[in-house]
Amino acid sequence: MTPAGRAPDGAELGARLRARDLSAAPAALNLLESRAPEDRRQAAALLGQLSPAALGGEASAHVVGITGPPGAGKSTLLSALAAAWRAQGRTVAVLAVDPTSRRSGGALLGDRARIEFDSHDEGVFVRSTAAGERLGGLAPATRAAAEALAAAYDVVVIETVGVGQAETEVADAVDTVAVIVQPASGDVLQFLKAGVMEIPDVLVVTKADLGKPALATVRDLRAALRSLGADGVPVVSVSSLAPPSGIEDLVGGLERHRAALDLPGRRRQARRAHALSDFLAEHGERGLRALGGRREAQRFLDQQDPGLDVASLTAALEARAPEQA
Amino acid sequence: MSEQPSPHLPEPDRPWLMRTYAGHSNAKASNELYRRNLAKGQTGLSVAFDLPTQTGYDPDHELARGEVGKVGVSVAHRGDMATLMDGIPLDQMNTSMTINATAAWLLALYIVAAEEHEVDQQALQGTTQNDIIKEFLARGTYAFPPAPSMRLTADMVAYTVEHVPRWNPINICSYHLQEAGATPVQEIAYALSNAIAVLDAVRERVSEDRMGRVFARISFFVNAGVRFVEEHAKLRAMATLWEELGRERYGVSDPTHLRFRYGVQVNSLGLTESQPENNVQRIVLEALAVTMGRNARARAIQLPAWNEALGLPRPWDQQWSLRIQQVLAFETDVLEYADIFEGSRVMDALVQELIEGSRAEMEVVVDHGGAVEAVPYMKAALVDSHRERVRRIESGEQVVVGQNRFTETEPSPLGGDGEVQVQVVDPAIEAEQVEALARWRSGRDGQAVRSALAALARVAEGEENIMPATIAAARAGATTGEWAQTLRDVFGEYRAPTGVGEASGAPDTEELDELRDEVARVSEALGRRIKLLVGKPGLDGHSNGAEQIAVRARDAGIEVVYEGIRLTPGQIARSAVQEGVHVIGLSILSGSHMNLIPDVITALGDAGAQVPIVVGGIIPEADAEALGESGVAAVYTPKDFDLTRIVRDIVALVAERHGVTAQA
Repeated sequence: MTPAGRAPDGAELGARLRARDLSAAPAALNLLESRAPEDRRQAAALLGQLSPAALGGEASAHVVGITGPPGAGKSTLLSALAAAWRAQGRTVAVLAVDPTSRRSGGALLGDRARIEFDSHDEGVFVRSTAAGERLGGLAPATRAAAEALAAAYDVVVIETVGVGQAETEVADAVDTVAVIVQPASGDVLQFLKAGVMEIPDVLVVTKADLGKPALATVRDLRAALRSLGADGVPVVSVSSLAPPSGIEDLVGGLERHRAALDLPGRRRQARRAHALSDFLAEHGERGLRALGGRREAQRFLDQQDPGLDVASLTAALEARAPEQA
Repeated sequence: MSEQPSPHLPEPDRPWLMRTYAGHSNAKASNELYRRNLAKGQTGLSVAFDLPTQTGYDPDHELARGEVGKVGVSVAHRGDMATLMDGIPLDQMNTSMTINATAAWLLALYIVAAEEHEVDQQALQGTTQNDIIKEFLARGTYAFPPAPSMRLTADMVAYTVEHVPRWNPINICSYHLQEAGATPVQEIAYALSNAIAVLDAVRERVSEDRMGRVFARISFFVNAGVRFVEEHAKLRAMATLWEELGRERYGVSDPTHLRFRYGVQVNSLGLTESQPENNVQRIVLEALAVTMGRNARARAIQLPAWNEALGLPRPWDQQWSLRIQQVLAFETDVLEYADIFEGSRVMDALVQELIEGSRAEMEVVVDHGGAVEAVPYMKAALVDSHRERVRRIESGEQVVVGQNRFTETEPSPLGGDGEVQVQVVDPAIEAEQVEALARWRSGRDGQAVRSALAALARVAEGEENIMPATIAAARAGATTGEWAQTLRDVFGEYRAPTGVGEASGAPDTEELDELRDEVARVSEALGRRIKLLVGKPGLDGHSNGAEQIAVRARDAGIEVVYEGIRLTPGQIARSAVQEGVHVIGLSILSGSHMNLIPDVITALGDAGAQVPIVVGGIIPEADAEALGESGVAAVYTPKDFDLTRIVRDIVALVAERHGVTAQA
């Protein structure tokens, strides 16, 4: 909360996050979510403190995307995952994204009530955000928030609702995407086969306690992955009911994906996607056309210096696009 | 000779059981109250437990703070139960206990207290409410996840049918569904679907030839609103559907087993804070709904008090309600006739309408996989119905005399705003109970308690009936919190769905549209959309008010973090900081606001957050002033029924605190 009249100091907040001061996180996110012009300048200063150049490398957190249809058991799973990570001594930040009402612009952010964690534990941070007007799942400030928190926390989770499209945008923002599948619901399977969705890094089948339907779903997903030539993608079956099962397998699966990853490459991709997303938010489709379309814009970004931070990449896009009327 | 049978009964019917939902502070004070009530002509007991007892926490638990002895009596071990029932003949008394998640435990304590009075469990009569599905839907005092909760219920039914044969192990509650906004059709359909879930679970635990007796032990706890003709039809419809269910689904044929038996507490939702004296006639009419037709008459009645919307009623307020029952039973002629609606075309058609509507809605529940699986669906449907009810009152379509129409009033000799007296629980009680508990723990055989709890844990992990191990733990001197924690460790914890995420939006009105513009304007000035945290501190699970505010704020364009129930002040402060909200809205109906709200303010201060707080609930005027002095920005009570106005106030509050100037 910023009391009226006192602008927060973005650079200072950034420096505190870099020093892994977790108490700086709430104020940092307030700033990154703000659209007020002075706040935007401070937000850029904040992120400037956390660029690979400033950090001397990529932020050390594992940034994980968890996405799936409503009712698939994401929040319960997340509660179990958070407990497992905490048991390993790792700090966890969760960015929970809920849909926005198109009619009123308001949103009910109910995830906080659904994700269980020890309320005395300073090592867990949960922030709920509304997806805003953009389709595709991510709130405007979520990418920036994930980048900022990745410098201070050991694990950063972006949780979104949806299937088929949502995970595409999440994939751009994280190191590892896990898609949650409810037993006996066909959508993920259909979307996978039809190529509507990209192949996730990990597939998680919830409600293993149901027995047969869960096993059948695991089998179907494995078969679909084989036919797509993606045998390497792990399919993990979990139950979040007491006693939970499969959570350690999932933690291990996420870990292995991250260990095998070209992290600088993936993060560079994330920053480029972020810059394009910010550019789009500011200049819209007309701006994109001025750059010669999405593919052309991506090609241009691919040619930029790999060390550039988001603000510089966005500025480069803006400099390339002729001034809009 | 006339062909008409005589309208007169040869003998007037015996009156229903008359009870008063009562209990506060400690077992000793409540025992005195019970004895006084019985002396005044009350014929059964209805025990109100405090929220820690209902949710399975000892008085010294962090979550119990502010709630000990507040909405009912604190019962932490068999010693408390013995004191509570001291001098009351348990072999003759009919005791109803409003207890759900911890029902098995409280029944065990009751059985052990009876043992100490040399009364065998075979002789005990009464009811444990024990309806967990409605706790997930409406009342919030659950402790364990749905599946193990249903197992506890089924265990109790199986146990009592054999060993406590005159006990009603479960009272399926449609009462709280109506309080949460259910229409008559929803009330019937969800209550019966719930009964099916329970009976199906019990069927797996008893032999087939026992099902008739099991069916006969299931009773209902219903509600009656002021539309008393339709409410009476509702009960006739339930009786018909219940009998049909027994015959067709469970193969019950004995007519005495098929009878629909219910107790009732009439409607509190419709009681108003403004001109509270009008509640007396509402209560009378509602009592008529459940007594006037012999074929669907209540077995037991308890009536709310006229001043419930203002605070906890005093013994005198409750006496007034008991006297209503006594006038109805002993002065009027209601008990002298055969069923007065038999053969009424209008009544029959009304009943048929409700039966058809209920059958259709029960099908929907089946499509969702039965009552347990359908909890999220039913919850969202109730939130929707309640929203519609609030809208009709706001718009004046539904008349509430003295609240949205005929609001002029002479000065009331019963006391005006802030002068109506209510019951105040001595704040010293909590500390006394904590001390008494420490003495109890040090005076018992610790080793015996540990081994009893270990045995309980083993039974919980397996398939065996939970009751014998529970009774053994009660005898050994275990506490309510220890029993519940042992089961929490095995079963896990649970948070029920909130229903708010799925609730449909309010219809657009000009007023709401203007408010959206204002939200957009203030949000723009703030730099991000107004964000509001809504939650309920303490153990009070009555979440309707909080849910309705959350939904309306969303409809006004606000981003609402809905935190749900059972939050500690520390949790609220932490959430407010982590979420970066501009304002906090807290709802408390249990009367513990004077403890919990200042604690939230302190916790926020400790966290270095300057976030304004508004509070809603049943809050007496004097308390509202005190809260204002301690830093609460606004207090809303049941008389503030215009939700859009409350949300507009909240937006103005955020604007003011952030120096956003009012619109020109």
